[in-house]
Amino acid sequence: MSIAVLARADDFDGWRAAARGLAAARVTGETIVWQVGDAPTDLLGGPAADNAAPVATEPMFSVPRDFIDMARRVVCHTDPERFALLYAALATLRDRPKLFDDAADPLVRRLYDLDKGVRRDVHKMRAFVRFREVGENEEDDGERFVAWFEPDHHIVRLNAGFFARRFANMAWSILTPDECVHWDGELSFTSGASRADAPEGDPLEATWRTYYASIFNPARLKVKAMTSEMPRKYWKNLPEAALVPGLIAGAGERTRMMLAAGDAAGMTNAAVQASARRPADANPADANPCDANPGDGSSADALAVLRDDARHCQRCPLFGPATQTVFGEGSPTARLMFVGEQPGDSEDLGGRPFIGPAGQVFDRALAAAGIERGQTYVTNAVKHFKFEPRGKRRIHAKPMTPEIDACRWWVDHERRIIKPTITVALGATAARSLTGKTVTISRERGRALTLADGSEAWITVHPSFILRIEDRTAAAAEFARFVADLIAVRERLATLVAA
Amino acid sequence: MSHLDTRAKLAILADAAKYDASCASSGTTKRNSASGKGIGSTEGSGICHSYAPDGRCISLLKILLTNSCTFDCHYCINRRSSNVRRARFTVDEVVRLTLNFYKRNYIEGLFLSSGIIGSSDYTMEQLVLVATTLRLDHDFRGYIHLKTIPDADPALIEQAGLYADRLSINVELPTEPGLIRLAPEKSAGRIRTAMRELKDGIDDNRDARKKYRSAPKFAPAGQSTQMIIGADAATDTDVVASASSLYGKFGLRRVYYSAFSPIPNASAVLPLVRPPLMREHRLYQADWLMRFYGFAPGEVADATDDGMLPLDIDPKTAWALKHRADFPVDINRAPREMLLRVPGMGVKTVNAVLRSRRQRRLRLDDLGRLTRSIDRLRPFVIAADWRPLALADSAVLRPTLVKAERSQLELFA
Repeated sequence: MSIAVLARADDFDGWRAAARGLAAARVTGETIVWQVGDAPTDLLGGPAADNAAPVATEPMFSVPRDFIDMARRVVCHTDPERFALLYAALATLRDRPKLFDDAADPLVRRLYDLDKGVRRDVHKMRAFVRFREVGENEEDDGERFVAWFEPDHHIVRLNAGFFARRFANMAWSILTPDECVHWDGELSFTSGASRADAPEGDPLEATWRTYYASIFNPARLKVKAMTSEMPRKYWKNLPEAALVPGLIAGAGERTRMMLAAGDAAGMTNAAVQASARRPADANPADANPCDANPGDGSSADALAVLRDDARHCQRCPLFGPATQTVFGEGSPTARLMFVGEQPGDSEDLGGRPFIGPAGQVFDRALAAAGIERGQTYVTNAVKHFKFEPRGKRRIHAKPMTPEIDACRWWVDHERRIIKPTITVALGATAARSLTGKTVTISRERGRALTLADGSEAWITVHPSFILRIEDRTAAAAEFARFVADLIAVRERLATLVAA
Repeated sequence: MSHLDTRAKLAILADAAKYDASCASSGTTKRNSASGKGIGSTEGSGICHSYAPDGRCISLLKILLTNSCTFDCHYCINRRSSNVRRARFTVDEVVRLTLNFYKRNYIEGLFLSSGIIGSSDYTMEQLVLVATTLRLDHDFRGYIHLKTIPDADPALIEQAGLYADRLSINVELPTEPGLIRLAPEKSAGRIRTAMRELKDGIDDNRDARKKYRSAPKFAPAGQSTQMIIGADAATDTDVVASASSLYGKFGLRRVYYSAFSPIPNASAVLPLVRPPLMREHRLYQADWLMRFYGFAPGEVADATDDGMLPLDIDPKTAWALKHRADFPVDINRAPREMLLRVPGMGVKTVNAVLRSRRQRRLRLDDLGRLTRSIDRLRPFVIAADWRPLALADSAVLRPTLVKAERSQLELFA
């Protein structure tokens, strides 16, 4: 058993030095343990193993330059077998110098695939790093830029030179969870950072988003083509990506407006409608839900994309214990939207909002107020069930502010797509989600608030509040107040729609 | 117009630029700013910094200097008779936007075009001024693509080529009758003359640089053009023939195809139905077949039905189905030219097959490791352990190759 210790996960020089010695001594790959840093990878326990440099028994042999270049990249892959695979290739090269000409060889193929993964990651980092300018320092032009990026592989050092050559006369840092790189005339590296260490935004991002929205041609939706090159995993760090669901949702409308303008210039009405109905994308390979009826680009499409995205949400730790994301449901063109707190036990298992005991109270109140649930859109401020296990039961736990804030991203997108005339917050959590601040329900209840987008919000209690009242008379009174709030909302909506 | 701030102008002038498909930032000289001056680099391959939901990459800041125009081309949103909102950037605004976006790693550089204001020469001067300010005042080493105004003074084009990586002139429509009908003020002759002059400039520069390494570079990323598909009656065969002649005559790096897209305030001369985006995609595939797979324009025409490429299968498969006698191809013996004709085998796969088969006879699972989908290839190849039954009749084979039916007829329905 030989242990080869490498300084870092991407330590190519360390691998080369060790591999050179081991190969010259004809040590077989199966007996080598490749260890990064102090991490104990040897199950037998370190000290007993032979860690001494093997004695070379044969003269060195040379390997093709291409192999070295490829190995330099493959070492950066996260695959734990990469060192052993490269060593296996090196050992084979001694007897088969043309090994790499046989691209169909399984080992060669495997290494090529690892290489491809690293090269793609390197390329995507060059593309998707977004620098943000941070506070001026006194020296010269005083600009300093910091980016947060999450690569798939250990590519920070491999890729640092590219940024140094391009932004040689800027001071910049790229922070990643693994390792950070800094440039101030020369490169330096520090250990990994967290997203909170990076700046929050840059004033120019609003201009960039303006550009992104304007250069997009709504008459041609090819969502699959976009996501294959810009996978969703990158979106959270791209300032422009937050616009995507809205752009998709608005595409149909914008195209119709273009064509309507064309109508004024002399096209016949029927022709306009015919072309408006025509799918924008005839690509049969597109299986993306929002391409199911791509030309339409309706709110329903955008919601379907959003719902699909939310299934994999990991924006806060609640996704771990919960069964599934419980996304909103209802009419994609609803004028009235309800936001509750979070899914309960039944909703978590059923995957739909407001179907448990509180949902039944809600349904009764809606019926009493003359509101048809099917014409509204019902969702929650927090999309995963938060609970504390108590024996075999899962007891509801109140979501904390960071969880509400993390999940607001989804609520905002739902509202942006549906564009409700009135949004009703059911309870304090929903009110916090909509207004961004802590609200006392008793004080704000029964009147309209204006939200950032100019639409109206009304705040009332959460139906589960009524469930928890033990005194039946008091519960009945609260139920009546809840219904009265809903009636007021219904009447207000009628006024707004008529206006 | 002066009351518009930069962001409001950007919204108008990016919107006006989005009908230009070109976004390439590759193929220019390698340079960087490691010498301690300036900003930016180009290292051969282009980088797409973002993608819009229309599937197009965002590599460059693609804008017009102004969308005011004295021309009245029917397909163009900026024609003088359109009542679109107008705006005009100052040279300084474009320079600052480019540099600020570049510093944040949003873009590879600038693609600047313009409506014709004043005269062609004046417009071209303004475009060149942006490029010179970026290059000389700010030592910008990123990518610059300038749209060239066909009628401008050759001295200005010369200047443009010294500071831009790529120059382009759009032929606009695949056929001359189409141009006459839809762009009455443009002349196919003038466009061709301008492209010829560009080619000569690029060629002369290459010769000069052979003799004197210090000779300044002229448009090192060459020239490209764009044609609009589906706005006139040109068939795919016409388009392919036109593109092939452009590649041959003017040494173009790229011909871009842009499916005609509805525009606000469309002219009544335009067709009422836009072509499916798939047509554009098939034309790009045909373009690739001519440039990298050794297909002659006539052979692409061979793959069409009455001049139109099928939408449901790619042009290479369509060609193969019409030449069934040439298949199956023995991957262990066939020459490179024939391997390149196998549907589903790309240039990389072919190269890997050629190298690997020098070592040993390849089996079907070897081929499987070299390609994405062996299922597609199976009917067309012979391997050491595989021989397909006689290539099935296309009526039987075709449905298996088609993922969804979409007949060409729908185009005109």
